[in-house]
Amino acid sequence: MPNVLAYAETRSGELRKVALEAVTAARRLADAIGGEVHALLLGPPGIASRAAQLGEYGADVVIVVEHDHLGMYSPEAATATAATRIRDGGYRAAIFSASAQGRDLGPRVAARLRVPLAADVVAIELDGDRILAKHPMNIGKVTATLSLTGSPALLSVRPNAFTPAPNARTARLETAQPAADPAAARVVVKELRQGSGAKLDLGEAPVIISGGRGLKAAENFRLVEELAAAFGNAAVGCTRAVSDDGWRPHSDQIGQTGRMVSPDLYIAVGISGAIQHLAGMRGSRTIVAINKDKDAPIFKIADYGIVGDVLEIVPALTQAVTASRAKH
Amino acid sequence: MKIAVCIKRVLDMEARFRIGADRASVDETGLKFDISDFDTYAIEAALQLKEKAGQGEVVAISLGPDAAQETIRKALSMGVDRGIHLKVDRIPFDPFAIASALATELGTDNYDLILFGKLSIDSASQAVGPIVAELLDLPCVTAISKLEISDKRGTAQRELEGASEIVEFPLPAVLTVDEGLNKARLPSLKGIMGAKKKPIETKPAVVGDVRITVSTMDLPPERSGGRIVGEGVAAVPELVRLLETEAKVL
Repeated sequence: MPNVLAYAETRSGELRKVALEAVTAARRLADAIGGEVHALLLGPPGIASRAAQLGEYGADVVIVVEHDHLGMYSPEAATATAATRIRDGGYRAAIFSASAQGRDLGPRVAARLRVPLAADVVAIELDGDRILAKHPMNIGKVTATLSLTGSPALLSVRPNAFTPAPNARTARLETAQPAADPAAARVVVKELRQGSGAKLDLGEAPVIISGGRGLKAAENFRLVEELAAAFGNAAVGCTRAVSDDGWRPHSDQIGQTGRMVSPDLYIAVGISGAIQHLAGMRGSRTIVAINKDKDAPIFKIADYGIVGDVLEIVPALTQAVTASRAKH
Repeated sequence: MKIAVCIKRVLDMEARFRIGADRASVDETGLKFDISDFDTYAIEAALQLKEKAGQGEVVAISLGPDAAQETIRKALSMGVDRGIHLKVDRIPFDPFAIASALATELGTDNYDLILFGKLSIDSASQAVGPIVAELLDLPCVTAISKLEISDKRGTAQRELEGASEIVEFPLPAVLTVDEGLNKARLPSLKGIMGAKKKPIETKPAVVGDVRITVSTMDLPPERSGGRIVGEGVAAVPELVRLLETEAKVL
C-alpha cells in the first residue's frame, strides 16, 4: 500500500501546529500516489482526544500511543515507536516536522531503518515513482532538489512551508504501545521550561519585528516590543551582534547561526543587513527596513525602506499601526 | 576525559554563489572555505571540558578532501590535541553516508563524548550527529545550549520553539551543539605555531551507501527590493498605506 505516515508532534499533551502541517504535507503526497495518511500520535493518557483534529486535516487513520512518560518528548521511545510502525506498516514515505523535536527524531528513525532522510524541505514532488524534495542549503543561498532512492523515504518539512489545509474525514483510531519503554530510556527530558510570557514563537509568528545595533542600547528594544504589541500577532527577533552583546537572548537571534524565519512581514529596525542575518530572513514575504544609512545592504532586499533615526521613526510607526488596526 | 569533535570544511558564506556546470553543485572557483560555525562551538565545548577536568584529550575528526587538513589544523590551533582526516575526494550530501564513515572511525576508540555542531551550514541536514549515535548505539542529545558534566552523567538544555527542555543522559554520549553554549575562542599566535607540530593521521574514509543525492541546484529568485519610501517620520504614513493596500499585511 502506498500509504504515507505523518508524525503528529505534541507538547505537554497538546497537538502542535506543525503536526497539522505534517499531516497536510502527507495528505498531498498520499493523494499524488493514491494512498492513505496515517498519523502517529504519541502523548500522555488522554492524547487520543486530539485524534479527531488530525482527521480534519486529512488523516485516514490515527495511531494513538499513550503512556504516562510521554507527557514530555522521549527521543528513544519515539524513535523505536516510529521506526517500528514505519517498518511494519510498509509506508512509501514518512513526514516529520523540521521543528526542534522533528529534527532530533527524524535522523534517529532514518538511521534505525537505514532509509534516506531529506531534512528541512519546503516542497515535495514526484518524478515518476521517485520522491524529490526542495531543500534550502548554504544558509538559503541555494535551493537543492534532493532525489531519494528507496522506500520508505523520510522527509522533515520546514515549519510554515506547508499551511495546514482542512481536508476532513473521520479518522479510524488504532492504539499501540511504545516500542521501547520510555521509563527505561537513557536520555530523559526532565523538565520543559516555557519561554517568557505568552509571546509568539519566531517560527510561527506572521509578523516579526527585529532589532539590531542601530537601536544603540538594550533598553531601546522597548520600542521594538511596543511595535510588536501594536501588531498584536508579532514576535521580536534580533541580530547576532545584539545577542552576542547580551541585549537579547540567543534564542531570539535570526540568521545563519540562529533561527531561519519566513513570516508574512519582517520589519528590520536598525539592522544593516550582514549576510549572516539575511540568511535567516530573506524568505520573508514582505520586508521593511528602517535604518539611518541609506547605503545599508538591508535596503537592497527590503520591499519598503525608510531612511532615518529609528528612535524617532519606530514610535511613529507604532502609533500609525495601532490606528490602522483600530480601523479594520 | 577523551572527547572527539567532528568538524566539517564548508564554503565561506560571504561570497556570491554561482551554480556549477553540473547544475547540481555550487561553483567553488575562487571561493574560500572555513570550519562550519557550529563546529567551532563544539570545539570550544570540548576544550572547556578538558580544561575543567584538568586532563584528557580532544581529537578533531574531519571527513573530506586533502584540504580538510586545513580545517583540522585550525582546530589544532584552537587547542585540540590531534586530528584524524578521513579522506574522500568529495563529501557526499547523504548524511547517512557521512555518518557511517565517522561511526566506523569513532567506534575504534573509547570516547567519553562525541561532539558535533548542531548542523553544517552548507548542507544543513542537521542529521549526522544523531545518525552516528544510532550507529554506535550511544545516548544522544541534539542542539544543546547549556551543558554540565559530572561523574559520568550530563545535563543539557535544548531550545525548542518558545520553550526549552532540560535533558539528562549518561556518558559516553553524542551531543550536537547549538549557538549560545559558548563563544568560540580564536586561535592564538602560540596556538597557530604549536598546531604545526601536532599530528594529523590520514585514513581512507569508509563511506556508507548513498541513498540521497542533489539532483539539481538553483539560486533562489532575486528579491526586487530597494524601494525607499522616504526619509524620517514623514515617511511613516506612506509606509503604512503600502502595507495596507499593496502588501496587504495590515
